[in-house]
Amino acid sequence: MPDLAMESVVHVYERGAVRALDGVSLRVLAGERVALVGQNGSGKTTLVRHLNGLLRPTSGRVSLDGRDTAPLRVAELARSVGLVFQDPDRQIFAGSVAAEVEFGPRNLGMRGAELRSAVDEALTAVGLSNEARTNPYDLGASRRKLLALASILAMRTPILVLDEPTTGQDERGVATVRGVIDAAHAEGRTVVAISHDMEFVAGSFDRVVVMSAGRIVGDGPPASVFAASSWEMLRSTYLEPPMAARVGERLGLGSTPTDGSLISALVRAG
Amino acid sequence: MLTFELVTYRYAGAARPSLQDVSLVIGSGEVVGLVGASEAGKTTLCLVAAGLAPRTVRGTLKGRILIDGTDVAPLTIHELAGQVGIAFANPATQLSGVAGTVYEEVAFGPMNLGFSRSEVIDRTEAALGALKISDLAEREPALLSGGQQQLVAMSGLLALRPAHLVLDEPTAQLDPAGTRLVAEALARLALDGASILVAEQKTDLLASICDRVVALDAGRVALDGPAFEVLGDARLAELGVAAPASVRLRSLAGAAGPGPEALAHLDGALAMEATA
Repeated sequence: MPDLAMESVVHVYERGAVRALDGVSLRVLAGERVALVGQNGSGKTTLVRHLNGLLRPTSGRVSLDGRDTAPLRVAELARSVGLVFQDPDRQIFAGSVAAEVEFGPRNLGMRGAELRSAVDEALTAVGLSNEARTNPYDLGASRRKLLALASILAMRTPILVLDEPTTGQDERGVATVRGVIDAAHAEGRTVVAISHDMEFVAGSFDRVVVMSAGRIVGDGPPASVFAASSWEMLRSTYLEPPMAARVGERLGLGSTPTDGSLISALVRAG
Repeated sequence: MLTFELVTYRYAGAARPSLQDVSLVIGSGEVVGLVGASEAGKTTLCLVAAGLAPRTVRGTLKGRILIDGTDVAPLTIHELAGQVGIAFANPATQLSGVAGTVYEEVAFGPMNLGFSRSEVIDRTEAALGALKISDLAEREPALLSGGQQQLVAMSGLLALRPAHLVLDEPTAQLDPAGTRLVAEALARLALDGASILVAEQKTDLLASICDRVVALDAGRVALDGPAFEVLGDARLAELGVAAPASVRLRSLAGAAGPGPEALAHLDGALAMEATA
């Protein structure tokens, strides 16, 4: 399983004067679950598009297991890094759910039983196995988003990159996304996800990377990034710690970024 | 005032209606939250309210929709657009695509409504300022992030100062600060007498801005009442809707069974968070 690294990456969009990434260095170890948070326009989406080669650094370097990705084409990187877009309709094109999910692994050369099991597994993981023959556009927006996730899961890449995976999902949909991340983690895969949902971030990730104006301004486990000592940094980037962290601080229970950690601290305290 | 009278809507080719016998009144100055599991009918209700279904999205509508007491059935989509503003979760579907700058994008609506030049400038600057995106005024909309585009689309809507507003997950791509700015802007519009319907998965947001919350289940109204009652209702979970964080934490704590003193402290802390 490969490590991912960005070294002093700067990105300036062709027609823009803004440095969307302004010197980002980040190393993600194999098997880590990393959440990327930050204000709208802080560079999160730009950052993750460098991970699979959709965007190339204006300066700096992106490497996969120590190997510079600059000479690799997107199609080659796709074997290692699967990226799910924020808007599924930028991704979906096939006439049936099964055909949509099959496209990626087929392009990677999977055939026969391996292909069938990759597709079945991915559809089951997102709860769409009964919809294999459905036209993607007959699914509601939230299930289309789960379909886009399945089509990347089926490629069985060692690294999964998700851009706001819980947006537009109801409670069950969020639980499905959490389940997908847990399962990928159990298999040793790396997960990098952008999110504005701090409860999801605190509950499903080992590490939180905070971005502001194209730079990384915070990086650590949820218990430290959401601890009271970091709140000033968070608020300066227009973020708020999850409710459990805020309540734990009010009750003097220390850093309790998740519901579970708050409730156990509460029970321990009497 | 926006009124739905026994509204049933079936998309062309669909086996079942997506809305069934929905009756609702959204009074002037009222912010009504709409919750429900995916595919419970929230988006359909928004499309019907704004007149996009069946005018542009094919299907069959039964029942009546009234704006300030007048049946909208005879109105064209353009006539309706002047009366009801609508925003979607995906801002890309909403931006005009013709404006070269954010400023032009936000000014586009009031210009089309034929306001004077000074009125258009006032409205545009106020709308940009309300969502703190004045610094994006000269940027190209297509080059902004998804969240920034959502703020631009919402600004464009605010500049119209609509008396009726229908919002389908208007903060889906926003950071917490952007979400709060949108909430404040909606509260100001309601104070000016607007009737606002807002579909959201973020029940914490609804708890802070809504007077009333309606829960849909398979196209029907399952719950309708004061926001604090509906959002604290145990049946919400069965409807596939996440309770606000404060409600969720209180019920988790209750089940875990710390002492009564600890629970009282928790209640105090949650109450302080609610007003913070």
